[in-house]
Amino acid sequence: MKKKKGQLQTLKKVLKYIKSYRIFLILSLLFAVVTVASTLYFPVLTGEVIDHIVGPGRVEFAVIMGLLGKMGALIVVTALAQWLMNVCNNKITYEVVQDVRREAFAKMEILPLKFIDAHSHGELVSRVIADVDQFADGLLMGFSQLFTGVVTILGTLLFMLSINVKITLVVVLVTPVSLFVASFIARRTFSMFMLQSTTRGEQTSLINEMIENQKVVQAFSKEEDVLEKFDEINARLEKASLRATFFSSLTNPGTRFVNSLVYTGVALVGAFLAMSGNGVLTVGQLSCFLSYANQYTKPFNEISGVVTELQNALACAERIFALIDEEPQAPEPENAGVLQNVKGNVQLEHVYFSYVPEQKLIEDFNLNVKPGQRVAIVGPTGCGKTTVINLLMRFYDVDSGSIQVEGEDIREVTRRSLRESYGMVLQETWLKAGTIRENLVMGKPDATEEEVLAAAKAAHAHSFIKRLPNGYDTVIGEEGGSLSVGQKQLLCIARVMLCLPPMLILDEATSSIDTRTEMKIQNAFAKMMEGRTSFIVAHRLSTIQEADIILVMKDGHILEQGNHEELLKQGGFYCELYNSQFAV
Amino acid sequence: MKKLLVFLRNYKKECILAPLFKMLEASFELIIPLVVSAIIDVGIANGDGHYIVRMCLIMVALGLLGLVSSVTAQYFAAKAAAGFGTKVRHALFAHIQSFSFSEIDKAGTATLITRMTSDINQVQSGVNMVLRLFLRSPFIVLGAMVMAFTIDGSSALIFVVTIPLLSLVVFGVMAASIPLYRKVQERLDKVLGITRENLTGARVIRAFHKEEEEKNRFEEGLENLTAMQTHVGKISAFLNPVTYVIINAATIVLLYTGAIQVDVGNLTQGEVVALVNYMSQILVELIKLANLIITITKAVACGNRVSSILDMESTMPTDMASQEAGQKSPLFEREDEENLREKGLRGDRQSKALDSDDIMVQFDNVGLTYQDAGAESLSDIDFSVKKGETVGVIGGTGSGKTSLVHLIPRFYDATRGKVLVAGRDVREYSLEELRQKVGIVMQKSVLFAGTIRENLRWGKADATDEELYEALQTAQAKEVVEGKAGKLDAPVEQGGKNFSGGQRQRLTIARALVRKPEILILDDSASALDYATDARLRMAIREMKEKPTVFIVSQRTSSIQHADKIIVLDDGEIAGMGTHEQLLHECAVYREIYDSQYKHSGKNL
Repeated sequence: MKKKKGQLQTLKKVLKYIKSYRIFLILSLLFAVVTVASTLYFPVLTGEVIDHIVGPGRVEFAVIMGLLGKMGALIVVTALAQWLMNVCNNKITYEVVQDVRREAFAKMEILPLKFIDAHSHGELVSRVIADVDQFADGLLMGFSQLFTGVVTILGTLLFMLSINVKITLVVVLVTPVSLFVASFIARRTFSMFMLQSTTRGEQTSLINEMIENQKVVQAFSKEEDVLEKFDEINARLEKASLRATFFSSLTNPGTRFVNSLVYTGVALVGAFLAMSGNGVLTVGQLSCFLSYANQYTKPFNEISGVVTELQNALACAERIFALIDEEPQAPEPENAGVLQNVKGNVQLEHVYFSYVPEQKLIEDFNLNVKPGQRVAIVGPTGCGKTTVINLLMRFYDVDSGSIQVEGEDIREVTRRSLRESYGMVLQETWLKAGTIRENLVMGKPDATEEEVLAAAKAAHAHSFIKRLPNGYDTVIGEEGGSLSVGQKQLLCIARVMLCLPPMLILDEATSSIDTRTEMKIQNAFAKMMEGRTSFIVAHRLSTIQEADIILVMKDGHILEQGNHEELLKQGGFYCELYNSQFAV
Repeated sequence: MKKLLVFLRNYKKECILAPLFKMLEASFELIIPLVVSAIIDVGIANGDGHYIVRMCLIMVALGLLGLVSSVTAQYFAAKAAAGFGTKVRHALFAHIQSFSFSEIDKAGTATLITRMTSDINQVQSGVNMVLRLFLRSPFIVLGAMVMAFTIDGSSALIFVVTIPLLSLVVFGVMAASIPLYRKVQERLDKVLGITRENLTGARVIRAFHKEEEEKNRFEEGLENLTAMQTHVGKISAFLNPVTYVIINAATIVLLYTGAIQVDVGNLTQGEVVALVNYMSQILVELIKLANLIITITKAVACGNRVSSILDMESTMPTDMASQEAGQKSPLFEREDEENLREKGLRGDRQSKALDSDDIMVQFDNVGLTYQDAGAESLSDIDFSVKKGETVGVIGGTGSGKTSLVHLIPRFYDATRGKVLVAGRDVREYSLEELRQKVGIVMQKSVLFAGTIRENLRWGKADATDEELYEALQTAQAKEVVEGKAGKLDAPVEQGGKNFSGGQRQRLTIARALVRKPEILILDDSASALDYATDARLRMAIREMKEKPTVFIVSQRTSSIQHADKIIVLDDGEIAGMGTHEQLLHECAVYREIYDSQYKHSGKNL
C-alpha cells in the first residue's frame, strides 16, 4: 500500500516536470491516435480493393482507383503523424532529462556536506546519469509505447468487430494464451536469472579485487592461482548464463506459436464464413482479418514488457527525486553580513557538535584565537581532526554554541565571505579536470602570469610543472590524472599561495611530500603564516612545538588544550603521544 | 572485434546450426501466405470445406515445426554465446595477468575492470542476438522476394525495386546516426565527469565559492548533450515513417498491377493476397533488423574495446601467459617467439663479469624510461649489494626510489644497462623463478578477501602454521593475529577493511617473509608503524636465521641509518652512497634530509 502511495507521489512529480511540455504531450497522444487509426484502416482498404479484384474480367478499376487514391492519402497522413509523434516524444524526453539533471546538479551544489560525505559518490553520480536516463527511457518512452499499445488493441478490436463478430471472438479468446505462455516462462526463468546475476556479482567482485591489486598478485607470482579461481567461477557462470539465456529466449518462439494458432483459427473460421457465400465475410475482409491477427498479439507482448520497465523507471525516478528533494544547507539570512577586514580573531564559544545525535563528540568547546596565532590540532589518525576544519569552514554547522570571526557569528555572514577569508589545503588533494593554470587560479581568477609563477615557485611546484609536456597549460584529467600524490599536493599549496587569504587551514598538508621538499615548503609556509591566523592539522613535531595553541584530540573529542610546555607538564594524553611517537 | 571471433572457434557447429534452424523456421513462415492463398483460391472458391481444414492443419503443423526449429536455434545460440563469453573472459583475464606493470599503468585498473565485466557481457549478448536474428531477417526479406517470383514475375519486380530502396533508407539512417550516438555518449561522459568532480571536490569548490561557475559549466555540458541528442533524434525519427511510406506505396502499386493481371487472368485473387502478405512481412523484418543493428553496433564497439586490451602486448609475458597462449589461442604465439629469441640474444651477450658469488644484486649502469615519458626516471644507477646486506634507499618525492626497487623483481625492465640478481641478468630468469627469490612489501598494504592464513600463504602456498607464526613474529604482527577471534582463520574482508592501516601493513610484511625470500624489499612499508615498532621490526629482520638481503625504502632517516649502505636518490640519480656517517659528511642532500627530521625546532619553522 505504502509503496503504491510512494509511486503515486513520484508520478505526480514526474507530471510536474512534464507540465511545461504539456502541449507536446497532448500533441504526441493525438498523433499516436492518428497513427494507430490510419495504420489499422489500411488493411481494411486493402481488403476492399481485393474484393474488387475477383477474377478475370471481374475487376472494377474505377472503384479500385478511388480506393488506391484513398490509400495513398492515408499513407501520407500516417507517416506525417508518426514523424510528428517521434519529434514530440524526443522533445519531451530530452527536455525533461535536461531539467531533472539541471535541478539535481543545482541541488548538489547546495546540499550540506553532511549528505555528500554520507553517500557514496559513485551512487550519487549514477543517480544523476544512469537513473535519469533510465527514468526517461522507461517512463516517457514506456508511456508512449503503452499508450500506443492500448490504442492499437482497442482500435483493432473495434475494426474487427465492425467487420465480423464471430472471428473477433476467435481472436479475443485465443490471444490470452500467448500472455499466459509469456508470463509462465518469465516466472520459471526468474530464478535462473537470479543465479546468473549472483554468479556474475561474485565474478565481478573477484575481478575488482584482483585487477585493482594486480601488482601484488604479480609480486607473489599468484597469477595462476588467481586464474584458477577465476575459471572456477567462470565455469559456473557459463552454465548459469546458458540456462538463463536459453530459457528466457523461449518466450519469443512460444508466443509466436500461439500467434500462429490465432492466425490459423482466423483462417479456418474465416474461410468457412466466406465459403457460406451469403456475404457474411468477403475474401478481402478475411485477408484484412489475417493481417490483424498477425499484429494483434504484438502490443500485448510489448505491454507486458513495458510494465516491468515502467516499474523500474519509477524506482529510478524515485531515487533521483530523493536527491532533488533533499534538504539543502541552511539558507543564508537575508541580511547576511559580509566579512571584511579580517584580521584573524576566531572565537569558539560553548560549541557542541556531533555527526550523529547518539554519539556526542565536541562538547562545550571554547577557543579564543588572536590574529597571527597558530593552532595545531594533534592526535592519532582518525581522531576527528578534520571535524574542527568542517566547523571553521562551515561545512557543518555547530549543534549549539557559536563560532565567531571578528566578533561576527559565522552563521550571520555570507558563506562566501567566510570561506574567502580562509586558505585551505586539505589532505585529499583535489584538482579539477583542466589545465594546471586553471587549477592554480581557482581562488584568484584574475591573477597575472607573474603571480602564478611566483606562487608555483613558492610552493616548489614550478620545477615539475615546467617539465610537463605543455608546462602550465598541460591538461590534467579528472582527479589530477597522471600526477603523483606529492605533485598534486604541491599544486594545492600553490593554489592557496596565489590568493593568500587572511587565515589558513592546513590539513596534513604535506603528508605525501618527502621531508626534503617539505622542508622547503615549510619555509614558504612560514612566510605565508606570518601575521596570519592558521589552523594546522599536524604530525610533525616542529610544527606542533611552535604552535601557540595545541588542541589534542582523541576519538573525536578534544581532550587537552594548551601550548607544548603546558601540555607536557600536564602529563596527559599529549605527553603520552609525544613520548611514543617522538622519543626514539 | 575480428580477433574476438577466434573464440567462437570451438562453437563452429553451434554457430552454423543456430542460424540454419532459424532460417528453417523462417522458411516455414514464408510458406504460410501460400497456404492462405490456396485456401482462398481453392477452398473458398470451390466451397471445399475439407480442403480448408486440411490446409489449416498444415498451418498448425508449420507452426509447430517452426516452434521446434526456433527452440533448437535458441539453444545453439545460447550455448555458443555463453561459451564464447566464458572463453573471452578467461582469455582476457589471463592476458591481464600477463601484463607487466607498464601495461597496467597504461590501461588503468578501472578500464580493465569495465572491459572484463560490462563490455564482455555486451559482446556476449550481441553474439547471441546475431546468431539468432542476423541471418533470419535478411533471409525473410529475400525469401519473400523469391516467393513473390514463384507467384508472378512481373509483380515480383516491384519487390526487386522496393527492397534495395528500403535497405538504402534503413542503412542510410543507421550510417548517419551511429557515429552521432558515439558523440552523444562522449558528451554524456563529460556531464558525468563534471558531476563526479563536484562530489569529490565539494569542499574545495565551496572553499573557493565556485558553485555558480560549476553550475554554468554543467549547464554548458548539459546543453551540448541535449543538442546532440535532439540532432540524432531528428534523424532517427525519419526511419519509421519513411519505411512505412515505401512499403505501403509498394503495396498500392502491387494491388494496381495485381488488378490488371487478375483482369487478364494471369493471377488469382488469393495470389494477390499472398503478395500483399509478403510485402508486410518484409516491413516487420526490416524494423527488427534496424533494432538489431543498433544492438550489434554497441556490441562491436564493446568488442573493439575488449580486443584493444587483448592487443596490448605485454612487454614481458609471464610464463603462464605463454602457456595459455600456446594452448588457447594464436594471439600470443608470435609475441612469445619473439620474446624467446630476444631472451636468447640477451643470454649470449650476458656478461660473466660478475664472478663474485656473494654479490646478490647488482645494477649495471641502469636507466629507466617509463612508457610515453619524455625523460628518464632513473639514470646511471650503478651499485652492487652483497648477500645479507641491508640497503637503505632515501630521496625526495619522485626521486625514483620505488622505481629502483621495482627493477629487482622485474616489474619494469631497465631501458638501459642491466640488473643482475645472484649474478644473472633478471631477464634471463623466468619471472616466477625470479620473483620467488624476492619478497616485496608495497607502499599500499593490500589484503585479499579470505582468511589470514590464506593471505599469508600467498607468500608460500604450503606454509605450515609454524612457519606462518615465525613470519608473524618477525613482522611484529603476532599480536594482530592473536587479537582476532579464530586466529589464523579469522576472516579478512575485501581490501582488508576490517584491519587498521598499521595492522594491514604488518600482515603484508609477514606475507612477504613467509617465503623466506633471498631479497626482501620494504617499500616505505613501515609508514603506518610508530617509531618503536618500526625499530623492533628492523631488529627482528636483522636477527632472522637466513638473513635476506634487505632493501628499505623510506623517507625517515631513522629507518635506514643503521643500514650497511644507504643510496641517496635525487631526481633519478644517485646523489650519494655509503654509510650514515659517511653520508652525513659527504652528501649535502642526505644531510639536508637528516636535518629536516632531527633538528625539530630549527630555523625552518
